[in-house]
Amino acid sequence: MHKDHHIEIHEVTRVEGHGNIVVDVKNGAVKEVRLEIIESPRFFEALIKGRHYKEVPHIISRICGICSSSHTCASLKAVEDALGMKLSKRARLLRELTLCAETMQSHILHLYFLVLPDFMGTHSVLPILKDNPSLMEPGLRLKSLANQISTVLNGRPVHPIALFPGGTLHIPEKKELCKLKEHLEEATGLIRRAWETFCGFSTPEYEKVREFISLKPSSGYTMYDGTPFSSIDGPIEKENFASWLEEYVVAHSTAKHAKTPHGTYMVGALARLNNNYRRLKPLAKGLLKEAPFSVPCHIPFMNNLAQIIECMHLAEYAIELIDRLLSMGLEKEPLARPTRYGRGTGIVEAPRGILYHSYTINSDGTIEAANCIIPTAQNLRSIEDDLRGLVPELLPCSREEIVKGVEGLVRAYDPCISCSTHIMDVEFV
Amino acid sequence: MMRWTERPKIAFFSFTSCEGCQLMVLNCEEELEDLALRVDVVNFREAMDLKREDYKVAFIEGSITREEEVEKVKEIRQRAEVVITLGACSTTGGINALKNRLSVDYVTELVYGKNPPNMGLVENIPAMPVDRVIEVDYHLPGCPISKEEFLGFVKALTLGIPPRLPEYPVCNECKMEGNICVFETGRTCMGPVTRGGCRAVCVSFGAICWGCRGTFEYANIDAHRETLKNHGLSEEEITERFDLYNSFYIHGKGGCTKTTT
Repeated sequence: MHKDHHIEIHEVTRVEGHGNIVVDVKNGAVKEVRLEIIESPRFFEALIKGRHYKEVPHIISRICGICSSSHTCASLKAVEDALGMKLSKRARLLRELTLCAETMQSHILHLYFLVLPDFMGTHSVLPILKDNPSLMEPGLRLKSLANQISTVLNGRPVHPIALFPGGTLHIPEKKELCKLKEHLEEATGLIRRAWETFCGFSTPEYEKVREFISLKPSSGYTMYDGTPFSSIDGPIEKENFASWLEEYVVAHSTAKHAKTPHGTYMVGALARLNNNYRRLKPLAKGLLKEAPFSVPCHIPFMNNLAQIIECMHLAEYAIELIDRLLSMGLEKEPLARPTRYGRGTGIVEAPRGILYHSYTINSDGTIEAANCIIPTAQNLRSIEDDLRGLVPELLPCSREEIVKGVEGLVRAYDPCISCSTHIMDVEFV
Repeated sequence: MMRWTERPKIAFFSFTSCEGCQLMVLNCEEELEDLALRVDVVNFREAMDLKREDYKVAFIEGSITREEEVEKVKEIRQRAEVVITLGACSTTGGINALKNRLSVDYVTELVYGKNPPNMGLVENIPAMPVDRVIEVDYHLPGCPISKEEFLGFVKALTLGIPPRLPEYPVCNECKMEGNICVFETGRTCMGPVTRGGCRAVCVSFGAICWGCRGTFEYANIDAHRETLKNHGLSEEEITERFDLYNSFYIHGKGGCTKTTT
């Protein structure tokens, strides 16, 4: 079979940010595959350069609307590490809960608003809302709950208000947390329904062995804590993480690409699941047992189901966090103060994968240098590798099927393109 | 103001931004169904495949930071009967305009190095609010927008009533929320010169007003500078308070070559 295809999908829809997919097939062979990232660059180094550290998490949050809490937390951790601020246990638990809510919100938005229309054959979520409300119900209710948690803790779901260097500016009330706990207990049933819905759709079985990188906490499976961990090399010191990776500029993208000494790697829900699945909470572990894949899983399309397993785990974990906060008491406490200045690193798991911030702070509290490694930028090389591997498998299909397949692959990665272009990894001069 | 003979066709466009304001629109879970009855969304790339050009109302998120964005936003103006900004970036230039403190060449090299292979893609101009490029009918400020204010705007539009923004400071709402004044807590704040409409949510959650909604028409800027000075802020610190969200108005299109702190 000798087929020629030139496929250009301009501004892929239902992803966060602006990107084009280009696939060129000549005589049945893949000649060229590109995920062009055309998002406008934002130059965050220039934005935070010389600014006081108290403003920096606020500014950095604006890298991304969807994962603003993750950026804020990575930034806070970097500032607090640089300035030797010791965070209270209560403030840490509140941040952990914040990240549980953000990841649930982001995963559900991705699954129900961006991916589900592919499976239902609609152009957007609106016809599904109208024609199939019971199918959408878990999505809407879970997203609303996740936003409600963010609002109780930090004032609103986008750009958290209460997170601040040295602690937190707002402590929720007991009755608010009890209410959230009740809703979270109900949510496990909704997540179960989401699982059944998404397990019912078939996706390409395309598989490619690769390296997975995520945080690995000393115990548990959290979004806030841990050491960078490679499925090939094991733990990597957080101070060496940036130099262990190589980031490089490619001509067709405003976001940089990244590789490890082993080449292509993947970050995000599937990477976390592969590296930490033994630590899942019971209900989440139950879902994994039923999953149409086994771990470690190298099928990128399974990132969708990995996200649902994570939602279950995070709901169970959030209930535990609330119990711990309630038994600890909800007294207000002063912010920790700086004890030194210099360089600091902060790493968290954002919904789309490991997120690294590192700052050098001057004695007057202003930012001297900054470095930031974004999850989606780390996945771009992996997405292109997978497009190169997937397209030949799709060649017997119609052009429409190929387009659907490549778009589905890119969406399965849940790329956050506006994030990925907000890189800042050059030291100031 | 428009009188509609059918559900108004609405489009959302995004330029240089975090897309958080579009996300606030998607966060209207409970209202989505009702919204779909009132308006016909024909273009919303983040959420749908359709890309129709027959819209009457365009919501624009993001600052203008590239030549091609200038062209694209002019096209939108030609097609739309009503243009509304969505959030701080498109309303005041927002956080993006902080780069206007420095020269375009300097910031580009800072991030991508000298003569990067993707130069064609990263070429940029100083960040501008949308109304510096095209005529804007209404502004919806905030970083991010307030969901309630957005829904109010849509309701007003569908009823053919011009949407209006508060012409009073955040302080009015802050008092109604029962907050202790930030100035009484040993800190300072932008509330007295910043346009209300957010219910002072930042102060209610323990922070200060950062000024994300921009200044209201009769804000007494000079008096506020004086107040900040009396509270111990240096000239430079006062400028930093104002330029966080208003850099475009303070530093203009930039080009200043301040490269060290």
